[in-house]
Amino acid sequence: MAYHLEFEKPIVELEAKIVELKNVSGSGVNISDEIARIQEKADKILVQTYAKLSADQKVQVARHPNRPHFSDYIKRLVQDFTPLAGDRLFGEDCALMGGLGRFRGQSCVIIGQEKGNDTESRIKHNFGMTRPEGYRKAQRLMQMAHQFSLPVISLVDTAGAYPGIEAEERGQSEAIAKSIETCLRIETPMVSTVIGEGGSGGAIAIAAADRVLMLEHAIYSVISPEGCASILWRSADFAKDAARALKITAQDLLALGIIDEIIEEPMGGAHRAPEATVDVVGDHIEKVLGDLRGIDGPTLKTRRRQKFLEMGHKV
Amino acid sequence: MSWITNFVRPKIKALITTKDVPDNLWAKCPGCEAMLHHAEMVKNQNVCQHCDHHMRLPIEERLKLLFDEGQYKLVELAKTTTDPLKFRDRKKYTDRLKDAQSATKRKDTIVVAEGTIGGKNAVIAGFDFKFMGGSMGAAVGDGLVTAARLAVGNKAAFIVIPASGGARMQEGMISLMQMPRSVIAVELVKEAKLPYIVLLTDPTTGGVSASFAMLGDVHIAEPGAQIGFAGRRVIQETIRASLPDGFQTAEYLLDHGMVDMVVHRNDLHQTFAKLLRLLMNTKKDKAA
Repeated sequence: MAYHLEFEKPIVELEAKIVELKNVSGSGVNISDEIARIQEKADKILVQTYAKLSADQKVQVARHPNRPHFSDYIKRLVQDFTPLAGDRLFGEDCALMGGLGRFRGQSCVIIGQEKGNDTESRIKHNFGMTRPEGYRKAQRLMQMAHQFSLPVISLVDTAGAYPGIEAEERGQSEAIAKSIETCLRIETPMVSTVIGEGGSGGAIAIAAADRVLMLEHAIYSVISPEGCASILWRSADFAKDAARALKITAQDLLALGIIDEIIEEPMGGAHRAPEATVDVVGDHIEKVLGDLRGIDGPTLKTRRRQKFLEMGHKV
Repeated sequence: MSWITNFVRPKIKALITTKDVPDNLWAKCPGCEAMLHHAEMVKNQNVCQHCDHHMRLPIEERLKLLFDEGQYKLVELAKTTTDPLKFRDRKKYTDRLKDAQSATKRKDTIVVAEGTIGGKNAVIAGFDFKFMGGSMGAAVGDGLVTAARLAVGNKAAFIVIPASGGARMQEGMISLMQMPRSVIAVELVKEAKLPYIVLLTDPTTGGVSASFAMLGDVHIAEPGAQIGFAGRRVIQETIRASLPDGFQTAEYLLDHGMVDMVVHRNDLHQTFAKLLRLLMNTKKDKAA
């Protein structure tokens, strides 16, 4: 299903024109030249637009429904994926998926939020907004990775942890806190990639990792721009200003030393080339896991802690 | 800087701003609406003598209340609060900081002190809610790490008293990173096999409750304190339904197994003393 962002309109219009021209081809003389000319123009605008996306535009791209989600990554990158369910305490939360699988020949534990891609699956996955059960399942799987010396790959894509009555009753805070603690305790390599939205505590719960990667147009923020605007500007109308002020883009966060690497997206964003995006993310994760292989568990843990303790102090 | 901004303006400000001791000596209890006399309130640790409603208590009063004989030593913290994002909303973050600093006479929300409780060494890290709502930025993370290291060095119990709305938005992702940093601080204490106790006070929410505040060996909450992850308004807007009575109060958390006990302010010292003696029992005082 095509979904277009407002700022992509000029490009979409040109692309529609090309399709139209192709349909009427046969009659005109110079029609292929015309198509090439418009294509060139569309490409140029696309490059120009994506070369300088504003923070607010990145928010829209990061939330684009056609962006590859957790399941797309699993399908293309992981063989023998064996989903594991439940927190052994209360229930199963499909907002946070996880399991065992083979990534580029290596057994791994993979966890991450899934937002869903149609009404039915969005409801099933609760739009990627994890409940305490999801975070407790993540803890269980990370501990399993530790137990069997398997690397952990986490894919972050959530607007935030679920704000609801039952979530509070069952200790959303405690579940997130323990999940961060587990990330920082395991003596096995852990790589996190923010593939879309990195929403606050709901994201860091599975992202206190040895290496944190981020897709070029992903966002990672302490609070949603809308939420920040309604508190500090007293109106959600200032979300654009908040997005800029909060420094939530991959480029800003690399400069601040919060993330370790940016993964370039295909031209025009991940939603235009989902498969190519998944592949390039796979290549980066493979490279990072290769770098971490051979470092013993206790050293990994010590360095991981050191990295977070020093964070924000090198500037 | 001119003579006007350095000299005249502060004088004018001093004239028009209210002093710490209110001229209005009476306050209304938010619980039972009884009129409370200022001196009575101070004597009763800001607890209403009619309905036991616990009002917020300044951190210095808490330290006096918890440490043996009210004696403690404040730990000097390095100045770490900066403006990493050059953040500005309707107001500059640096201006908000300056205002909070001059209103509270401290560098940031966190206060660290050492002393003894029940004869056992203890390090307390507490929040001053009046300093930007106790929000957690790099200074809080640094303060917690400093306090945890001190506790390990002194073989002391580590006690944290949050009173915080959560992350300090003005520090953006730097503030989110204080969640893992504070968890690491707690890990240092746990690995040294020293007690880590959290006294949850009003309010403890957001990124603060979802990190160090929920990892205690023992969780003690003050009566009526608001404790939770998401704000009430956010939940209401998400679920489009009203919230149950007493939602996110200390008593609610006790019912749901998230805290060990809800303790009246007057009994806090005794409770802490007993816990520390039990957890830090050595052969010498086993008869005690």
